[in-house]
Amino acid sequence: MHFVVCLKQVPDTSEVRIDPITNTLMREGVPSIINPYDAHALEEAMRLKEKVGGKVTIVSMGPPQAKEALKKAMSYGADRAILLSDRAFGGSDSLATAYILSSALKKIHETEPIDLVFAGKEAIDGDTAQTGPGIAQRLGFAQLTYVIKVKELTDKNVTVVRKTESGRQVVQAQLPALLTVEKELNDLRYATLPNMMKAAGYEPEMWNVKSLPFDLTQMGLKGSPTSVSRIFAPPGRDGGEIMDGTKDPTGTAASVVTKIFQQNILMVNPLAKGGNLQ
Amino acid sequence: MTVLIDKAKCIGCGACTVECPVEALDLVDGLAVVDAKKCNDLGKCLTVCPTDALSLPNQPAKPKGKLDPEAGAKLNLKDPLPESVKDYATGNEKKTIRAQVAPVAGGDVWSGVWVIIEYTNGKIAPVSWELLGEGRKLADAIGCGLSGVITGHMVDSVIPEAFAYGAEKVYVIDHPVLKDYRTEPYAEAMVSLITKYQPEIILMGATSVGRDVFPAVATKMQTGLTADCTVLGIDPETKLLLQTRPAFGGNIMATIMCRTSRPQMSTVRPRVMEMPERVDGREGELIREEFNSNESDFHTKVLEFIISDAKNAFLDKAEVIVSVGLGLGAKRNLVLAEELAEVLGATLAGSRGAVEAGWLTHDQQVGQSGVTVRPKVYIAIGISGAIQHLVGMETSDFIIAINNDPEASILKVANYGIVGDLFQIVPALTAEFKKRLQHGVAN
Repeated sequence: MHFVVCLKQVPDTSEVRIDPITNTLMREGVPSIINPYDAHALEEAMRLKEKVGGKVTIVSMGPPQAKEALKKAMSYGADRAILLSDRAFGGSDSLATAYILSSALKKIHETEPIDLVFAGKEAIDGDTAQTGPGIAQRLGFAQLTYVIKVKELTDKNVTVVRKTESGRQVVQAQLPALLTVEKELNDLRYATLPNMMKAAGYEPEMWNVKSLPFDLTQMGLKGSPTSVSRIFAPPGRDGGEIMDGTKDPTGTAASVVTKIFQQNILMVNPLAKGGNLQ
Repeated sequence: MTVLIDKAKCIGCGACTVECPVEALDLVDGLAVVDAKKCNDLGKCLTVCPTDALSLPNQPAKPKGKLDPEAGAKLNLKDPLPESVKDYATGNEKKTIRAQVAPVAGGDVWSGVWVIIEYTNGKIAPVSWELLGEGRKLADAIGCGLSGVITGHMVDSVIPEAFAYGAEKVYVIDHPVLKDYRTEPYAEAMVSLITKYQPEIILMGATSVGRDVFPAVATKMQTGLTADCTVLGIDPETKLLLQTRPAFGGNIMATIMCRTSRPQMSTVRPRVMEMPERVDGREGELIREEFNSNESDFHTKVLEFIISDAKNAFLDKAEVIVSVGLGLGAKRNLVLAEELAEVLGATLAGSRGAVEAGWLTHDQQVGQSGVTVRPKVYIAIGISGAIQHLVGMETSDFIIAINNDPEASILKVANYGIVGDLFQIVPALTAEFKKRLQHGVAN
């Protein structure tokens, strides 16, 4: 079977801040990582390859530096990595990005038909969760998001468990299909030494705007219907009362509880056995 | 002369490159770069830069106070542009490219605000009603109508509710293939309504259903979609939708606009918009549409739905939350929080740290990569308050935080911040709440 993993290099967002004084992005020295959800997508593709045989191809779009993320991904045992990199792709929103990636997948599909595409449920820098579904729609593949388990894979179908707010949905889809995955799908492996050595010498294939018959009007800033009109620091919430609970913990706790009831923040319902709300 | 770019301020949003009528600006490695040969000092780029990274040496800086939400998002679509400008590279006159506006084909209307009412497994997602409340404000600001959309099977009980929460019209597609939620039939049903009635704005909750179906719908419609919005507004000049959402792990808020296509689509986080007043017996226009499709058209089938019994599944709907962080030290200390939660009838949750430590499950995680909560009371125990956590809980009505570090960020958002040892304070709180609640004595 042919598994394709869509992977994104992202800044480690826990370290990106906005300068509250100048209102600008502080990005000096922010490290780049493989989007954590995509790492689980790759892991699942590797596990299925080991189970049923086949090939894992990694596809990414990004600046030339994203090659590092692909080399790292190769060290987990993938077979091929392609980086779509071109200035013409820059500034693409999720609609345009899905167009570019799906065009590349179509080309791959022509020579090596794809059975399953894996992607993370979202990228931690954008959190939009739109590129995966966008690719599925453009390829006409079944779309399965928020996957927490791949239950069964046959020549024709894949059966997965999807996570929703109110429960778990077990869905069967005809192949080919695209899955976007949650972290609880699997535990990540460590790269093996032979694979690390292989990856160190591997050069990802570089595809640019001339590699495919791209429609230039569907990419970049001009092919993106959405644009950022403004950025700003999140509004702060005003702090309240700070109490010192080090000297008299019990007394402090009692006074907090008293205040809470005095302000009707929590209401006492005498009919209820335990605590209850208004 | 040429426009100056402050690289420290540039965020690489690309707004200037779109705005520039002579295509003098480009993005290189995520930063704006100007081609001095092309730039003719029109200054259009200055008006759209969200971070004031651009300047012209002979022009005064933009007035301060730009960071007020209205001003920053102004589009200047109506500003007159010269018909042509001189291209300094070739010496020829070159036609200016105008800022794109939505392509409206002959006979197309694109009017009205729609809210998709999420109804799956016999339950309505409450965010649907929150969005009818918000949709009302948007429709009033534009001067257009507000409609609800219901796609599903056996949905008649939902229709009067949609009117009660403020929809003037309700569009319904009721079909057996829509019995269980699946991407394809739901997306196709929505697309058939959108193509026929052409709303200018469509909103849906940023739930697992909304975040699954809306990207499919936006792709089919070839339009823009902004996910997880927390603030919506209408630009007074252009009447375009201003969609504000957290980005970069919640460290930054970004206002997004969809200028070049219709409809403008957003998913909106549950529990950030106010629930509107429910008016029983309110009536409106009901429009039922056929949906010509068969089960054989679709490539997925739902085999089973396992309803979560845990309260955790409804974390975003919890009224009282007791939430723990790494300050708890070890999993065995979780019992302190469990006892407090038991007394208050609260739901147990935690920070990403607590989840990654294996004390809690992923669906109990509050924050940017977990669930956004807006309970009446949020009690944070041993949580320092990383920004990713704060964005997921700071709209709680009332926050109580217990932390031994007086500098902890969580204390800055708490209504009551208790500095001290949680191993002493939490049991004391539990005992005190228990005493009052069991005796029904408030004071």
